[in-house]
Amino acid sequence: MESFAMVFTIFVLAAFIGFEVIAKVPPTLHTPLMSGSNAISGIILIGAILSAGAQHTWLTAGLGFAAVVLATINVVGGFMVTNRMLEMFKRKD
Amino acid sequence: MSSGLVNLAYLVAASLFIFGLKGLTHPRTAVRGNLLGALGMLLAIVITLLDQNIIGYGIILAGIVVGGGIGAVLAVKIKMTDMPELVALFNGFGGLASILVAGAALLEVSVLQGTLGAIALNAQFSISTFASGLIGSVTFFGSIVAFGKLQGKINDGAIRYPFDQAVKILLALIILVFGYLMVMYPDSSSPYWIMVILASVLGVLFVIPIGGADMPVVVALLNSFSGLAAAAAGFVLFNSVLIVAGTLVGASGIILTIIMCKAMNRSLTNVLFGTFTVTEGGPSADEVYGGKVKSTSPEEVAMLLEGAKRVCVVPGYGMAVSQAQHAVRELFDILEGHGTTVEFGVHPVAGRMPGHMNVLLAEADIPYDRLKDMDEINPSFKQIDVTIIIGANDVVNPLARTDPDSPIAGMPILDVDYSKTVVIIKRSLSPGFAGIPNPLFAADNALMLFGDGKKAVEGMVKALKDEIG
Repeated sequence: MESFAMVFTIFVLAAFIGFEVIAKVPPTLHTPLMSGSNAISGIILIGAILSAGAQHTWLTAGLGFAAVVLATINVVGGFMVTNRMLEMFKRKD
Repeated sequence: MSSGLVNLAYLVAASLFIFGLKGLTHPRTAVRGNLLGALGMLLAIVITLLDQNIIGYGIILAGIVVGGGIGAVLAVKIKMTDMPELVALFNGFGGLASILVAGAALLEVSVLQGTLGAIALNAQFSISTFASGLIGSVTFFGSIVAFGKLQGKINDGAIRYPFDQAVKILLALIILVFGYLMVMYPDSSSPYWIMVILASVLGVLFVIPIGGADMPVVVALLNSFSGLAAAAAGFVLFNSVLIVAGTLVGASGIILTIIMCKAMNRSLTNVLFGTFTVTEGGPSADEVYGGKVKSTSPEEVAMLLEGAKRVCVVPGYGMAVSQAQHAVRELFDILEGHGTTVEFGVHPVAGRMPGHMNVLLAEADIPYDRLKDMDEINPSFKQIDVTIIIGANDVVNPLARTDPDSPIAGMPILDVDYSKTVVIIKRSLSPGFAGIPNPLFAADNALMLFGDGKKAVEGMVKALKDEIG
């Protein structure tokens, strides 16, 4: 993963997959799609954990801690509220 | 754990995110899809916690407990009518977390004299850090302004000031200069933090001029940005799962943005920087409405509904404001019990975020197969006996079809005027966001039911109960 070309390839391919998959989401589910993608963008938690845990300096650990809190709000809140909404759509099935 | 295994685990996590999003393409598979996404996240977190560079778990654990608690409370307590605010807030948090992560990485690499694992201080690193901080700042402060506008704490009109475009362009250029300084002096972190402050101002200026009815576009776009900020942080840390997940969210937000813009027949540039001014020309409200508006009562509408075979309900932002969705459900039950077919015509930009109306109706237990999108319901209006509009205006204004000079000309609308009778529940004849009168209100087949959306629907329900038991 050292080369920039590699990570850029991943980026472009992920964009194609994203467009293909998400274009098929019906308008009825657009709000859950947004809150669900809030949860997925909480993936920044990975970076936050590395900063908070490596503790190279007090400053980076502090920044990491704040980032862990924010990202976890997104992950937990995002998945939970999406689930709450989707259950409302499901039970009429 | 070797980095090969870690990357394979990240690949599994990324695949779970993709399967999860794929699940969201149907209401029946959506709950499972969301759980798959959550599983992918759990896997990515656990694998990351095994990283050998982590020397202390206390801070991480504390952060997860605090953040998880706040997130859970928000998710359980939030009212469905407030979902746009919650999504705006989450967009913002994602952006802020990206600023902090990129900033911390920059500090770490400087402290360690140039390298941290696979990460090295070079132009790619600096540019990625710049992108992460820039997008993150615009996302965070833009979302805070959007949140304020949705809450009504910030004027939700289109706030304009002289030379506003020039100010933004100048600011963007200064930000680019600091980006250049970051590349030139890669081991100094001050250009980064100054850039973050400038980009924060840009984020505020970016959303301030955008009016309330354009919020679906802004919320969708900021959703995209929050993902792209995370993807940029993935470039900083050379982390594949950050890039994939961030990019998926970026793509999702962009698609929603495009759908919203199409539904308003406006380009993205027009929404963001546009001159959506209230036109002076065109007929005045008095000319359009003068003596032609017929007012009605809930009892009269109930009588109409009793004789109707097919009824369509068109919800707008007014339904969310008055929390009328549960009353609408009662109306739905009575009419369906009476043998009447009831459908819902949902315009893509109704409400304050994509899909806003659908969530409120789902909350009130309306079966999702009764929610029709615009293209689905429009051909049916000629066969519909009564259409009830609850707090919608511009999205049902026939001027979009008939008047090429109108500010909403060409905007796809719900063709409610083709149904036999249209009942419009509205507080007054005041114009919608486009600022123009709506000739529908004065049409021969239109009846105005003035008042609060919830009270009006409750009134109809009561009258119907009295009539048909």
